[in-house]
Amino acid sequence: MSPRAVQALQPASTDPALIRNFCIIAHIDHGKSTLADRMLQITGVVSDRDMRAQYLDRMDIERERGITIKSQAVRMPWQQNGTTYALNMIDTPGHVDFTYEVSRSLAACEGAILLVDAAQGIEAQTLANLYLALDNDLTIIPVLNKIDLPAADPDKYAEELAGLIGGRAEDVLRVSGKTGMGVEELLDLVVASIPAPTGDIDAAPRAMIFDSVYDAYRGVITYVRMIDGKLTPREKIMMMSTKSTHEVLEIGVSSPEPTPSKGLAVGEVGYLITGVKDVRLSKVGDTVTTFQKPATVPLKGYSEPKPMVFSGLYPIDGSDYPILREALDKLKLSDAALVYEPETSVALGFGFRCGFLGLLHLEIITERLEREFNLDLIATAPSVIYEVTTDDRKTVTVTNPSEFPGGKIKSVSEPMVKASILAPKDYVGTIMELCQGRRGSLDGMEYVGTDRVELHYHMPLGEIVFDFFDHLKSRTQGYASLDYEPIGEQEADLVKVDILLQGEAVDAFSAIVHKDKAYAYGVLMTERLKKLIPRQQFEVPIQAAIGARIIARESISAIRKDVLAKCYGGDITRKRKLLEKQKEGKKRMKMVGRVEVPQEAFIAALSGETETKKDK
Amino acid sequence: MGSALPLGDPAPLDGLLPPSAAERTHGHPFGVYLHVPFCRVRCGYCDFNTYTSSELRGVKQVDYAGQAVIEVGLAADVLERSGVPHRPVSTVFFGGGTPTLLPSSQLIQMLRAVDDAWGIAPGAEVTTEANPDSVDAQYLADLAAAGFTRVSFGMQSAVPHVLQTLDRTHDPERVPEVVRFARDAGLQVSVDLIYGTPGESLGDWERSLDSALAMEPDHLSAYALIVEQGTKLARQIRSGVYPEPDDDLEADMYELADARLSAARYEWYEVSNWARAASGPRAGGAAASGADALTGPATPTSEFRSRHNLAYWQGHDWWGIGPGAHSHIGGTRWWNVKHPAAYADRVLAGHSPAAGRETPDNESREIERVLLLARIRQGLPVATLAPDARQQVASLIADGLINGRAAIAGSIELTLRGRLLADAVVRRLT
Repeated sequence: MSPRAVQALQPASTDPALIRNFCIIAHIDHGKSTLADRMLQITGVVSDRDMRAQYLDRMDIERERGITIKSQAVRMPWQQNGTTYALNMIDTPGHVDFTYEVSRSLAACEGAILLVDAAQGIEAQTLANLYLALDNDLTIIPVLNKIDLPAADPDKYAEELAGLIGGRAEDVLRVSGKTGMGVEELLDLVVASIPAPTGDIDAAPRAMIFDSVYDAYRGVITYVRMIDGKLTPREKIMMMSTKSTHEVLEIGVSSPEPTPSKGLAVGEVGYLITGVKDVRLSKVGDTVTTFQKPATVPLKGYSEPKPMVFSGLYPIDGSDYPILREALDKLKLSDAALVYEPETSVALGFGFRCGFLGLLHLEIITERLEREFNLDLIATAPSVIYEVTTDDRKTVTVTNPSEFPGGKIKSVSEPMVKASILAPKDYVGTIMELCQGRRGSLDGMEYVGTDRVELHYHMPLGEIVFDFFDHLKSRTQGYASLDYEPIGEQEADLVKVDILLQGEAVDAFSAIVHKDKAYAYGVLMTERLKKLIPRQQFEVPIQAAIGARIIARESISAIRKDVLAKCYGGDITRKRKLLEKQKEGKKRMKMVGRVEVPQEAFIAALSGETETKKDK
Repeated sequence: MGSALPLGDPAPLDGLLPPSAAERTHGHPFGVYLHVPFCRVRCGYCDFNTYTSSELRGVKQVDYAGQAVIEVGLAADVLERSGVPHRPVSTVFFGGGTPTLLPSSQLIQMLRAVDDAWGIAPGAEVTTEANPDSVDAQYLADLAAAGFTRVSFGMQSAVPHVLQTLDRTHDPERVPEVVRFARDAGLQVSVDLIYGTPGESLGDWERSLDSALAMEPDHLSAYALIVEQGTKLARQIRSGVYPEPDDDLEADMYELADARLSAARYEWYEVSNWARAASGPRAGGAAASGADALTGPATPTSEFRSRHNLAYWQGHDWWGIGPGAHSHIGGTRWWNVKHPAAYADRVLAGHSPAAGRETPDNESREIERVLLLARIRQGLPVATLAPDARQQVASLIADGLINGRAAIAGSIELTLRGRLLADAVVRRLT
């Protein structure tokens, strides 16, 4: 066996029988990118000299957080028994927020490597993706990674994997992405066990878009898997969902740098460039065909990614608003799932209401905005979509508590999810307590291996987006992992709680909560604000209210002394500088009615970091 | 040791002032401050520039007066070379530290040097601060005979546990005695009180006020204790030995002081300062008030306000002699090196002891003017305020922070509530 192929196969004329399309399913930190790095090196597509860690993760944030946000596809030659094969590795996002993108990536493959850390075992999100892979009829190759680690317990986790997908524990391959041990055997196994793609070369061309990224120099790069027929350069293609047509300026494969080819044929994976500037014109899941010989039936299921979680993003420095707008416009080019519209808040000024696929998506977008565009942002408490029906039978969609209709409410429905929590069995009690406190109902519980349990809950998404994951992590010392998927809507007894400062509602603190929790929320926020807002020259009542009904109340007594007794003898300079500092502090105050509130107080109240207020 | 010096521009070694200083003296009175940077013990709350014998790094107290006299000579020379018109000295103030730790002969030596350099104006106010336990009848009589007119005693409190928290070593019984000595010597008497000491109750404070009033001083200062960073008291509060100061209790204490002092016919003239009312109707009155009306020549029976301190607040000129002392001449401010050893090196070498200086721009000068004058009763004429600040006057009246009648008559006069919220008033006026 020679590990490196002498001559790679040419795209557009490769026999489908010599193609293997696979992906790697792994949890964050389980070593997917490192394994991919070794494959690139061992197959020779990246020279040792050009190698860098996490080669395929293009964004800084991907490298730092060890996660893959966007998919990638790399074509690697591999020779076995004198025959050269073309292996297409399709990198997939590992997180549940990107389930839709994951499922499209999986649909582009015939097999998947299930990669699990030999020291940690499988995690909830990996299970979710594994279900998706099995659902797509993919051939699974179970692999334990990081077997070079002292803490590795491959025997135990091989049993666990075998228990999950069937098969024998001794068939679970053991590798080290770090040292390269076992990686050649893995490539051989990919060739041997993953089925070759099938398709009709003479049929009307059909290619599935499994990723679409925006490149500042080249415009949108569309990644496709050819199902039937063939696509060639200069050809006029058509998107089946929109019927929009574009000319193919370049077509090729990543190896791993983009390499133009004479085309892509049945079973092949590659990219196309049409000069389009907006990813929304090249949507993940859509089917590409040709204008000349269009296909009649699109490939299975295209659905718009739907935002599930909403939050207001505001620049801490109000003058950064135009920069934020520009930054969102830019991110939108490469992230079709991001939606936003301008929003104004009394407390926070001008900002945007943004919709995200989930909490991680929110976190990543916020971090990219701060990092890539040098913005300081504050995010309001995440909210979900509520459908509110008023007594006069009007239905209002509410993604922001401020849209919650006044007057009589007939019903409110909220999105529900099926949540799976995987944790060591010792934590079951504390997890159940947490979930019940968040209106969860237990659907079932099962052992994964001998000492870990997977709990299934039916829960409102609104409960999960509100710091649930932080609590779960802290209650389980970081051991629990969480996965959830939407399962429709359900009516619930929900109310809007407003927080009033001297009778004026502070929009940023309004929240839609379950009736039974309204009081607790009101008490929490009024107490928090009492600690955070400095005393004013008059008494300031802080109230929590449902409509006109006050459910909690605190008050900040008037300040009586705001004077320095002494002028420090002749040191007038010091006194002046103190005053200038005080005035500087006042400038950063936001006015709610007559009440001066430091910006930090809003931020602290929203983030729950309650420190004692500064007096002046 | 104590508070840090401000950051400013470098000061030249020859001390020469910028040309603007000579142009801007406006014929204001001229005062001299003499700093005596020594204390027997350092009080836990104090961040002034003062040193106990163990902190002096070889400098001798006994040599200090000679060094101060050198700076007085240098000052006269610098003013002359800088083209500042000659003015006799209207006020002299010895502060510290504890000036009375030095023998009276040395204080008198320094005062003589001031007189030699500029001449002391007839009717000038000459004050020294004094610790009740560092003076006796003879000492005070010597000062009075040499031209001192006023003594300010650091009484602080009449309550032993409060004095102890402040690290004050004097016996409270000693205070009435020394006040009598001072009066017998013909000196005006002021007492300083501090309120808001950790552990001090409203009752304790009332006792201190009563004791002070029983001595019938001519003038009384009541300062809220400020916990300054870097002091022993600040560390004690941080580590929980003492509680944080309570602003509400301090407000109660201020209100009590104002009530007691008013009843005893003392009138406030600055936020923390009260003077015995003149026996007849007050000269001037609201309408005639203005910055300069407050510092006319003293008539010993009718004027007990500290003219030296008023000069600071009114932006007049003064030269501060000694380590860490601050000066202001014609719009330029400077401050001397802090440590007595560094100070001695400079003056003995014939150099200016200034460590840094600044000439605030017009905007900063206006801020200083408002922040200082607003604290003085009717010290700030409404007509001198910038248009934006004048817009605030009506709302300040409505909020009960300034006296409406006085404002209509033309000047800013803080109400009792306004005095307690003076910084807020100043922020609105600047």
